Amino acid sequence: MKEKGWKECLWGGLIVDAGNSVLYKTGDWRSQKPIRDEKKCTDCLQCWIMCPDAAIKVKDGKVVGIDYDYCKGCGICSKVCPFDAIEMKEEGEQ
Amino acid sequence: MVSLKKLSEKEELLAPGHRLCAGCGASIIVRQVLLAAEDPVVIANATGCLEVATTIYPYTAWRVPWIHSAFENAAATIAGVETMYQVKKRKGEITRDIKFLAFGGDGGTYDIGIQALSGALERGHDILYICYNNGAYMNTGIQRSSATPKGASTTTSPAGKVIPGKRRFPKDLTAIVAAHNIPYCGQTSPSFYNDLIGKVQKALSAEGPTFLNIISPCPRGWRHETDQSIAMAEEAVTCCFWPLYEVENGEWRLTGYSKQIAEGKKEKTSVIDWMRKQGRFRHLFTDARKPFLDSIQEEVEREWENLKKRCGY
Ligand code: SF4
Ligand code: SF4
Repeated sequence: MKEKGWKECLWGGLIVDAGNSVLYKTGDWRSQKPIRDEKKCTDCLQCWIMCPDAAIKVKDGKVVGIDYDYCKGCGICSKVCPFDAIEMKEEGEQ
Repeated sequence: MVSLKKLSEKEELLAPGHRLCAGCGASIIVRQVLLAAEDPVVIANATGCLEVATTIYPYTAWRVPWIHSAFENAAATIAGVETMYQVKKRKGEITRDIKFLAFGGDGGTYDIGIQALSGALERGHDILYICYNNGAYMNTGIQRSSATPKGASTTTSPAGKVIPGKRRFPKDLTAIVAAHNIPYCGQTSPSFYNDLIGKVQKALSAEGPTFLNIISPCPRGWRHETDQSIAMAEEAVTCCFWPLYEVENGEWRLTGYSKQIAEGKKEKTSVIDWMRKQGRFRHLFTDARKPFLDSIQEEVEREWENLKKRCGY
C-alpha cells in the first residue's frame, strides 16, 4: 500500500477499510513452517481456535489448509493438536 | 459445550495481517471473544500491545467498529458510546441489539485505567470490559505493572544480586471489580476455550456492567518459546496461580478445571514448576533464593484456599 501524506489522511485518523490488515502479509516473519498431515487430522479444530493469526483455513467444518500468507510460524497449532497432525519444519526445508 | 464446527462458520472479525508477535495470547483471546459474541459489537481499546499492533496506520485488523482514544479511558469511551446507543434506541433511531466491549491490557486496566473502569462499573453501563492480562507493560518493553507476578524480572523490577525481580504480589483486580457488585465478572484462560466462550456469552447476556480478567501469555515478556503460550496459560490454571471462577450476582463459583481441582477430580500442579518454564523467573532457581520462591508457592496456596472458601468449599 502506498503511504499517505497527511493531507490524504481522514479526519481523526479514521480507517474506513475494515480488516485491511490483510494487505500486510505477516507470513514472511516465519522461520518454522507448520505442515499438516491430512491423514492424521480429524478436523477437531483445536488448532483453528488456538491460532493467534487466523491462519488455519476451515470450510464446512473441515481444515482445508494453512494460510502461509499470514502464519507467523509460532507452532501453537502443532503443540495443541491432539493427533500430532501438524509438524513444524525449518522454513525452506520442504 | 461449545461446538467448534458451528463457531467456525462465523466470520473472522479479527483479520490476519495484524502485527502482534508470533504466539501472542492477546490475539487468541480476541478471536475467541469475538467468536463468542452473537450480536454486533462495538469495541473500545486502551493503549497497549493489542491496540498498537492491530491498527498500524493505515491498516486495521478489526472488522468491527473500533475506537482508541487514550491509555486510561477505554472504559469511559465505551461507556459514552453505550450511553449514546441507549438514547438513540429510546428515540427509535436504532432498533437492533448491539453489544459494547472494551479491551485493555493489565497496564491499561489494573493501573492506568482503573479509575475509568471503576466509574463505568459504578454507573451501571451495559458493557463488557475485558482485561487481557499478560502481567507487564509488554508494548513498551516489559515494565512491571500491578499485575506482574511476584518474582518476575522486568526492566523496572530487574533481577540482580539484591533485587529478586518484582517484590510484591499482583493485586487482586477481579476481586476489586467484584466489590462493585456488578451482575457478572470472572477469570478465565484461552487454553480453556469452552470456559472463556461460555463466560463471554454469560457476560454479554447479563444486563449491566460485566468484566472478565483473562490471562494472556506473552512469549517475549514471559520468556518462553512461542509454541508454549497455550501450555503456559493452561498450567497457570492447573497450578492455581490463575483459578477459573465467576461471580454472578454476588455468588462466587469456581468453574471448569479449577472446580474439578477443588472437588478432588483433578490434580493440582506446582506453581514453581510453572515458573521454571519461564525465563522471567530464571534467577529464582538458586539455593539463596529458595525461601523467596517458597514464599510465592505459599502465597498462591493461601489465595487459592481463600477463593475456595468464598466459593463454598
Ligand atoms: S488440531 Fe490437529 S486434528 Fe485437530 S483439526 Fe487441527 S490439525 Fe486436525
Ligand atoms: S504456526 Fe502459529 S500462526 Fe501458523 S498456523 Fe500454527 S498457530 Fe497459526
